[in-house]
Amino acid sequence: MTEIDPTDDTSETTKTDDATTAAQADGGDIDARTDGGTTADADPAPGVTEDARGGRFQVDPSRVVLYAVLLLVTAFYLTPLESGVVTSFKTNTAVTQTFPFAPPLGDGFTTDKWATAFDMLGRGLLNSALYAIPATLLSGFLGSIAAYGLTQATWKRRYKAIFLALFVAGVFIPYQAVLVPLTEFWTNVVNLNDLLGFLWSSGIPESYANLIELSLTHVAYGIPVCTVLFRSYYKNMSEEMIESARLDGATLRRVYRRIVLPLSTPMFAVVLIYQFTQIWNDLLFALILVSSATSEAAPATLVLAGLGVDLSGTNFGLQMAGALLTALPTIAVYVMFSEEFSEGVAT
Amino acid sequence: MRRALTESDDEREPRTDGGVTAGGDQGRSVGPVTRIKDRFEGRFGSDFLESAPFWLPPFLLMALFVYGAILWNFFLSLTDYSGFGGADYSQLDFEMYTRAFGDPNVWNAVTNTFLLVVGFTVGTLAIGLVLAILIDRGIRFENAFRTIYLLPMSLSFVVTAQFWLWMYNYNEGIMNQFFGLFGLGPFSYLGNQSIALWAVVFALIWQFSGYAMVVYLAGLRAIPDEMYEAAKTDGASTFRMYWRIIIPQLKGATISAAVILMVFALKAFDFLYSLVSGYRPPTGTDILSTLMVRTAYSNTEWAYGAAIAIILFVLALGIIGPYLVYEFRRDNL
Repeated sequence: MTEIDPTDDTSETTKTDDATTAAQADGGDIDARTDGGTTADADPAPGVTEDARGGRFQVDPSRVVLYAVLLLVTAFYLTPLESGVVTSFKTNTAVTQTFPFAPPLGDGFTTDKWATAFDMLGRGLLNSALYAIPATLLSGFLGSIAAYGLTQATWKRRYKAIFLALFVAGVFIPYQAVLVPLTEFWTNVVNLNDLLGFLWSSGIPESYANLIELSLTHVAYGIPVCTVLFRSYYKNMSEEMIESARLDGATLRRVYRRIVLPLSTPMFAVVLIYQFTQIWNDLLFALILVSSATSEAAPATLVLAGLGVDLSGTNFGLQMAGALLTALPTIAVYVMFSEEFSEGVAT
Repeated sequence: MRRALTESDDEREPRTDGGVTAGGDQGRSVGPVTRIKDRFEGRFGSDFLESAPFWLPPFLLMALFVYGAILWNFFLSLTDYSGFGGADYSQLDFEMYTRAFGDPNVWNAVTNTFLLVVGFTVGTLAIGLVLAILIDRGIRFENAFRTIYLLPMSLSFVVTAQFWLWMYNYNEGIMNQFFGLFGLGPFSYLGNQSIALWAVVFALIWQFSGYAMVVYLAGLRAIPDEMYEAAKTDGASTFRMYWRIIIPQLKGATISAAVILMVFALKAFDFLYSLVSGYRPPTGTDILSTLMVRTAYSNTEWAYGAAIAIILFVLALGIIGPYLVYEFRRDNL
């Protein structure tokens, strides 16, 4: 498993580019992407290769079958969502009496479920935003500077590799392994309810301490993945500009601010979108750190996970409306930035 | 490993201006400070100290929460901490581990975890590969297809759990309606403990196969066109070309995707919790992560939960460790 397949070499020799693109021949390992051109290529590549590739298969019936299969697969992916959308607009009787995929008709149509879902989840959505947005920004920035210090600064590779391995391993930690210490830490070591007394006395609900805890927790566990994403980007950054700036006596800080940071914008988009989705979607930390789904500080996912309990699973319309409402921000982000998202995902 | 690292040719070590530039914020006062600084830079490289403000704070924060917490968790698992009050670190023993190894619930969870991880990873990779090959055949509307297939990946486990509860609903759900067309069913998917786990695997494959597709697509796009041409001129059939020539070259993509999918599978806690809105997932789907959280947070047996967490961590390490070594060997770290 640790040996390189000889076929990899053949693919590398046919490559005319440098070693980094050779690494790409192996596909999405943690470094194999310079600029996402491989994964997130918006339009099919400028004709030539696509035609060459498309032109290889000039059998028409097989094309028909191909598109039929693709459409079937599309149906498979969209069915749960479609069923969820139509069910969220149905009255309870319509839910039990019509097909689960049929649109609501006549008096079976209602927007009550959405109104109720909004009442129940509105606060949760606000709470989620309150901790997800700062945590996303902060972990993205910290990942960026960490990756910069581990790539563009010159120091011995051997030591860099050790730190980097620790960052990479941090991506894969099963969070169950840190839960109990996390609870202990936020209750006995750093108790924000006691430390931030001045905030609570100024009218902010004390349970909001949970949101700060969630924010910092997500930052700490988000740093590894942000660092890995930025590192693959910085590693392939043109070094000439940075070299000459260093030769002119620019400090590392200046190089970062004047050269690296402005050039990082596309990667920041990727990292922030990926991180926001991750943090918004998380349930485990919310469950552990926020006392209950009825707390003033309960995030949307926590409220949604508890919806079934209050309703004993009978009110599917409401459950679907709640699920869609919770998913709305991430779906919106995904539809607007699907390229960046798929690039972040393909780490 | 060390040899592979030092022999790499893109090393930019011998910098001609070693450290002279580092006059920015710490003036070069000659004295003990400079001597220590020079010694550091001699050992670690010219920018070691100057770059520390960049990578050290994020590293420390991450290391405290990740590695510090795991270490602490290990010590907690050696105590008898349960209920309310505090942990007593004066008597450390491996009692919780002997208890875990004799606990049928733990073995059941290990078995389920293994089935879930393997079934989910293999299924997701297979479907992702097929989708990637189909999309790579120079089709129209490629973007639309790709976006739709990856869409579930952007959803929360909690959200997908709600959708699949509805899909799997006994009376009204689409799954039973679909099988009803063929005169099969109705089935109770999550209530029947022999198929509940596979129902969960199926839902998770729906959520993540788009991810496997994206990774494989990147791998396919990196294979030079000459390969296809050569196979064509040799008269290989399309299927044979993919099976013999193209798929073997996707080994790297497969390994990295498999590692990430396995880790996702270990995190399936969110999904299982949301199915039942509680700590006890449907019978037959209890995995280590759900068992651990239930033990610690529902039964307040903190030390025992920590021990189960360590077992889970060791299993995860069995996946991550070889992967990191593999990446080292390929000079990606």
